[in-house]
Amino acid sequence: MATKFTSASDLKTVRGLGSAKSGVHHWWMQRVTAVGNVVLMLWFIMSLILLPSLSHSSVIAWIAQPVVAIPLLLLILSVFWHFRLGVQVMIEDYVHAEGTKMLALLALKFYVVAAGATAVFAVLSIAFGAR
Amino acid sequence: MASNRPLSPHLSIWKWRVHMATSIAHRVTGNALAFGGVVLFTWWLAAAASGKDAYTSFATIASGPIGWIVWVGLSWVFFQHLCSGLRHLVMDSGRGFALAASKLSATWVFIGAIILTIVFWSVFLLGSGIR
Repeated sequence: MATKFTSASDLKTVRGLGSAKSGVHHWWMQRVTAVGNVVLMLWFIMSLILLPSLSHSSVIAWIAQPVVAIPLLLLILSVFWHFRLGVQVMIEDYVHAEGTKMLALLALKFYVVAAGATAVFAVLSIAFGAR
Repeated sequence: MASNRPLSPHLSIWKWRVHMATSIAHRVTGNALAFGGVVLFTWWLAAAASGKDAYTSFATIASGPIGWIVWVGLSWVFFQHLCSGLRHLVMDSGRGFALAASKLSATWVFIGAIILTIVFWSVFLLGSGIR
């Protein structure tokens, strides 16, 4: 029988939250948002192809519909959450000095919240206003 | 505690392989999307929400020669990360770790990303002829 190849900690350890006290939450949310991204990004790309044009009026009219604004907001949530987790892992892998690492993680958090707020506000203002 | 978790050798003693290139490309493309893609996406949304003038200045740059290079590059980056990410999801289930399978799937990630990029632009440009 082949030896089972394990690339992660035992499930019993992480279910008990392990040494980081957060269990597999980060890892799991990376996968959950990955699946969300696949669905929402394919919808987004197909929509861009199918739009009559990418002019201002055409884009505004498209986003103003609830059936577009809602998935677009979900896309922002899923994609931005996903990239925050991914970039965080990269910082943790490459930045080893404690102070620099903390500053980099803080900058990342500010970046994702600022960009996320801007994107969400833009969608909402189109959906609620500029009809 | 007995452990057969994989050890990570020093980066400089790795021999270049396609599965290794896929892994590196996943991280590089992920970061390109997190910073380049997200900024462009947010700019596009904010410009659309701000009105016609803001959108026109975005569209002028976006449809210029630099814009086209960026969009084609970004689309490949996206499809590479998508294909590689789907491979990750399969491998998360414990499948495809054998050397031959891993090599084959990694090769198909690169081929698939290029095919999807070509298909996307063909459909997009043909579509713009129709509309």
